[in-house]
Amino acid sequence: MSEHHHPNYVKIWAILVGLLVVSVLGPMLGIQIVTLITAFGIAVVKAYLVAKNFMHLNIEKRYIVYMLTTCLVFMFLFFAGTAPDVMEAEGSNWEKPSFELYDEAASHTVGHGTAHH
Amino acid sequence: MAETVPSHPPAPEEGHPHHEEMSFWSKYIFPLDHKMIGMQYLFTGIAMAMVGGFFAYTFRMQLAFPGIEVPGWGLVSPADYNALVTNHGAIMIFWVAMPVLIAAFGNFLIPLMIGCDDMVFPRINRLSYQIFFLSVLVLIASFLVEGGAFGGAWTAYPPLSAKAEYSLTPLGSSLWLLAVALEFVAFLLGGINFITTAMNSRAPGMKMYDIPIVVWMIVLASIMFMLSVGPLVAGAVMLFFDQQLGTGFFDPARGGDPVLWQHLFWFFGHPEVYVVLLPAMGIVAEIITVFARKKLFAYKTVLYTAFGTGILSFTVWAHHQFVAGIDPRMAHIFTITTLLISVPIAEMCFVYIATLYGGSIRLTTPMLWALAFIAEFLIGGVTGIFLGASGADIYFHDSYFVLAHFHYTFFPIAIIGFYAGITYWFPKMFGRMLDDRLGKIHFWGTIIPFNGIFLPLFILGLAGQHRRIYNYEHFPELATPELQALRVLATVSLLVMLGFQLVFLVNFVRSLRRGEKAPQNPWKANTLEWQAPSPPPHGNFATLPTVYRGPYEYSVPGRAEDYWPQNAPE
Amino acid sequence: MSSRPIATTRSATEIPTGKLAVWWLLGSEIVIFGGLLASYIMYRLAHDAWHAQAAATNTWIGAFNTLVLLTSSLTAVLAHQAAEEGNGPKAAKLLWATIGGAATFLIVKAFEWTMEIRHGYTITADTFWSFYYTAAGLHAAHVLAGAVVMVFVARSAARNQELHRVELAGIYWHFVDIVWIFLFPLLYIAK
Ligand code: HEM
Repeated sequence: MSEHHHPNYVKIWAILVGLLVVSVLGPMLGIQIVTLITAFGIAVVKAYLVAKNFMHLNIEKRYIVYMLTTCLVFMFLFFAGTAPDVMEAEGSNWEKPSFELYDEAASHTVGHGTAHH
Repeated sequence: MAETVPSHPPAPEEGHPHHEEMSFWSKYIFPLDHKMIGMQYLFTGIAMAMVGGFFAYTFRMQLAFPGIEVPGWGLVSPADYNALVTNHGAIMIFWVAMPVLIAAFGNFLIPLMIGCDDMVFPRINRLSYQIFFLSVLVLIASFLVEGGAFGGAWTAYPPLSAKAEYSLTPLGSSLWLLAVALEFVAFLLGGINFITTAMNSRAPGMKMYDIPIVVWMIVLASIMFMLSVGPLVAGAVMLFFDQQLGTGFFDPARGGDPVLWQHLFWFFGHPEVYVVLLPAMGIVAEIITVFARKKLFAYKTVLYTAFGTGILSFTVWAHHQFVAGIDPRMAHIFTITTLLISVPIAEMCFVYIATLYGGSIRLTTPMLWALAFIAEFLIGGVTGIFLGASGADIYFHDSYFVLAHFHYTFFPIAIIGFYAGITYWFPKMFGRMLDDRLGKIHFWGTIIPFNGIFLPLFILGLAGQHRRIYNYEHFPELATPELQALRVLATVSLLVMLGFQLVFLVNFVRSLRRGEKAPQNPWKANTLEWQAPSPPPHGNFATLPTVYRGPYEYSVPGRAEDYWPQNAPE
Repeated sequence: MSSRPIATTRSATEIPTGKLAVWWLLGSEIVIFGGLLASYIMYRLAHDAWHAQAAATNTWIGAFNTLVLLTSSLTAVLAHQAAEEGNGPKAAKLLWATIGGAATFLIVKAFEWTMEIRHGYTITADTFWSFYYTAAGLHAAHVLAGAVVMVFVARSAARNQELHRVELAGIYWHFVDIVWIFLFPLLYIAK
């Protein structure tokens, strides 16, 4: 087993928790762009920190990183090829009328129970 | 690298464990040995091929002679027909092509060809087969439950597959889905084993470019399978919930979208074609070099081409959906990528032909199969070009033209590839030679009727005959005597072909018991499996080999012999 | 246990075989979760109405569970460090702490779901909720699997055996953590 220098794990954990707090507080400002950045930007940073320091990808063989990134890239590919059809309510020779009816209905009835307790 | 035992695991016994006489159970039923697990996959695959073939026979009889009592089945009802077609397709791909080409040959060949004693995780290997076997049982169960077996086509498009009101098979569809999902799990486990074994456990001296092509191909196929199947695993869970819990993942009235399933399915389904193609290509590469007594033309090109194909194959999936109303701009992109992918595959075929050029060709039975693979697969490939063009596909889609096209790819892959491999490696697997004369009779008796089945289907497809229809008598334009004659021709050819499979079975069983004893290296081949005894004992090699050169050094000038085993020091 | 094949002891890539297999396993997991989350994101972007549904998820519970998982990742990596130092019993203790984290996570999850189902947010209430339960459920299954694996690893580690497995279980555990790091904003924060 390779001997390597251990980063200060507790410190990284503290940073992660700090980021978590920011991502929870961010949306309270109620500004959408801030919410998006604090939610997803921070998720990416957190994932990076965990992958790098806890999973030790920084000292792992490079091709492991490439392999895992390839998996991710293929998911983006899947998204790119699929989203143009799935996200539309109508296409070149089809439409999803019930799709729109659903949107109408769903925005009125929030679930079936009392949402606020 | 010396055979040292690293410090962390408790030191295993040095060299080869001298196993006590193993009981029947631990040797044949719950084996850990990669060869025996390969055999389990092989025989399960062959049995399933018989089932899939029997289904094809039943529905082809119905198409040629609508309404007759098919011997062995009886009257084919429309629901029967749908279930037969669906399960024929699913069985042939998931329970024949995959287990035979990847799991059986992969298990048997990878450790032998890279010169080690077993897979790196024998117990995971055994588990993989057990899960696979369970998937077979679940599939069989789906025929026995109330409502009968699933009939919504192997692509299982919702809403037909999602709602029992439409499919009329409330349990059959879910069991079918479960069976497919279990099969995926089995191959994920098996694939990880193959990949790690090939990456880590090569014989000392075996560098990247000394690995035989077939090993590369099986490993690449496992990687591609792993990368493509993920979204469909998720999709299968979603579909299962739609079926059993009543969620609406694929129901537009509830915010879902059936086209999403099509994408999830084909994102897997198309690479899957190459997942089974690559191992077959690898088998053919091994056979062609050995029987042309010539070095494989452009080893690295084949390898890079396979990589390229692998990557490109992830960008073509929506060509199955041209008429599903997908975004036309996307259709353009998918047309281009589809036409592009024919380039690397054509290149591989050219490389194989170039290998033949100037070789001293020996037309043994495996060689005949390998050559037939190239010839027949080319027909499948060329007809694919028409279908890849999104405009032309509007007419061809879902017709028998498509059907004939993909059988000209799948049949060479699953059946010809299997026969090529089994006739080539039989001496190693079972320690006896197959009868060459019976082998050749079987070869011609398969290849000629095969074309007799599917060439007429191209014509029927051009005439506008749709797939997945159980009786054409109700379509005046399709019920003409000329077209019916073609249907009969296809069915009769099938009967002839199935008849000739008996020759193979006889040959197989007879050679197993009474065949000539196989020498260690009957074909005078270079790769490592031929340097082990036939059949290899547990542990494979008396001393684990060291590799000195690439796998395809045939007819090297200045050597007395025309072959040069990878492990021969000089 | 039968003897290991020599194949297992070779390492042409210089990555120990077990670790290499775990990386490939994670690769296959990435695409499973990737496919599911990609589908969810497409639907989510297509339906503005889902904001209203998502508003009913409980951010505080989600955040608490994130904290639990982050902390359990810390103990997992400390266990790995202890194992590398050859201190099996310490590694085992830290692994048990990680398992405790997993248990906490699952108990909180069960409590949260019970509450939501009581309020009518069942898996069939709306497709948003279908995704909510499917994605979180798939993740929870991984949490459970990881905890079970760690029980075995911890028990042998306590006897100073198979210490290399501590790292493997840890790598898997961090992956489970990362998946949750993305599920949290996707299901709870984006409202
Ligand atoms: C033994 C010779 C075979 C014959 C005579 C045969 C015949 C057929 C026919 C006529 C159909 C279409 C039925 C219909 O649409 O109504 C069909 C469907 C299909 N076959 Fe074969 N086939 C054979 C072998 C194979 C093999 C080896 C494979 C793949 C490895 C395969 C894969 C499929 C698939 C995927 C379908 C589509 C099923 C569906 O529509 O859901 N077949 N076959």
